[in-house]
Amino acid sequence: MIAPAPPPGAAPPECTDPPALAGHDLALPGLAGTARALLLRDLRLLWRRRSDAAQPALLALLVVTLFALGLGGEKQALARVAAAVLWLAVLLAGLLSLDSLFRGDAEDGSLEQWMLAPVPLGWLVAVRTFMHWATTALPLLLATPLLAQLLYLPAEQLPVLMASLALGTPLLSLLGAVVAALTVGMRRSGILLALLALPLYVPVLVFGAGSVAASAQGLDPVGALLILAAGLAVALLLAPLAAAAAIRIALT
Amino acid sequence: MTSTPASAPPLLQSRALRFSRNDEPVFGPLDFAVDAGEALLVQGDNGAGKTTLLRVLAGLLRADEGEIELHGRRADAAHRARAIAYLGHLPGFKADLSALENLDFLCGLQGRRPGQSTEHALAIVGLAGYEDALARQLSAGQKKRLSLARLWLSPAPLWLLDEPYANLDLDGIELVNRMVQAHLGEGGASLVTTHGAYAAPPVRTRMLILEKAA
Repeated sequence: MIAPAPPPGAAPPECTDPPALAGHDLALPGLAGTARALLLRDLRLLWRRRSDAAQPALLALLVVTLFALGLGGEKQALARVAAAVLWLAVLLAGLLSLDSLFRGDAEDGSLEQWMLAPVPLGWLVAVRTFMHWATTALPLLLATPLLAQLLYLPAEQLPVLMASLALGTPLLSLLGAVVAALTVGMRRSGILLALLALPLYVPVLVFGAGSVAASAQGLDPVGALLILAAGLAVALLLAPLAAAAAIRIALT
Repeated sequence: MTSTPASAPPLLQSRALRFSRNDEPVFGPLDFAVDAGEALLVQGDNGAGKTTLLRVLAGLLRADEGEIELHGRRADAAHRARAIAYLGHLPGFKADLSALENLDFLCGLQGRRPGQSTEHALAIVGLAGYEDALARQLSAGQKKRLSLARLWLSPAPLWLLDEPYANLDLDGIELVNRMVQAHLGEGGASLVTTHGAYAAPPVRTRMLILEKAA
């Protein structure tokens, strides 16, 4: 101990404080306050472990580069599969960091403190899921125009691809949050997590990559995009609640 | 010590509270009350259900039967969040954040007692100078002290302390007692689980002795 024992009388330092029983409502944080605290915490943790944080993006970069090399850099072949490869790369990057979404917080007791907070657990889960999306999918979304160049994606397909990723990746994060919450009570969940997530991810991938394929064939991609948007709207409402319920079960 | 008017409902009231895990009774039925300005010492052997009782009261576990009332009203989640601060076995600190950052986050999540600064709370628990130390660098006892600082900053009137004396040195045990005493002096209340080997805080206490269910 550097500091000496607190002098006697240090424990009740400001006994003129309003008693804890009165006025404590004023001190409680609301939805915005808790979200800000959680976002700030996650950003700090991200910065402290920035080499870990870069892993999903590097994986996606690796997948895209290796595909381009594996297909021999042939322009025709690459352009045909470009959208599907980009979609897969983003999906795998999200899957890689899914297990850590709630596991660390479960192991060190943070989730217990979340449950005791004066805001619904579902709200904190939603904020945490937003961070997952913002740190894994968003950087890749911004890099997509560059990666698309690497794969010779026809320029007219890029807006459709960007739109499908913008709608699809938050949906992937939300579905992933439910799966991560379901497996948070288990010691090791790697394979189970992937097995549970894949069937949920398939429709998102089908409609996401499908919208680009449709536009490549001269069809209207709007239908597939609208289905993604509808899925996102439903998941925004239900996924945090489902994940919160799963966490409650896992912790009891 | 503030004395509550006789008519005021107790801060915490438990009525026929019972909990069982996988059809094995853990404790109960329990009837007890804690008034403002009072501490309830929960004693019992390992496995007697002390931790489980506190987790049920905090709302982390659901009781099978019985009612929990706070300020005479049935406890719901919002009510609990306002009234209860829980110190459990897992402190909930992120290893890669500093002591100060951890406290700031938990206060941002659960609220802060008006007029209290994080640095001051660290000084009270004897962690002055450790503001920027990462939680992973703190010893078990220092982490416990950090938890106590979090508790001190909480605006909740009811403290649920699960083994607050564990890992602490003699000076730390004295610190817990002083903190409980000061908190009760401000009209709060506290539940403290112990094995019974430590000195209790010099305050108005009730005892609840849990025995292992047969």
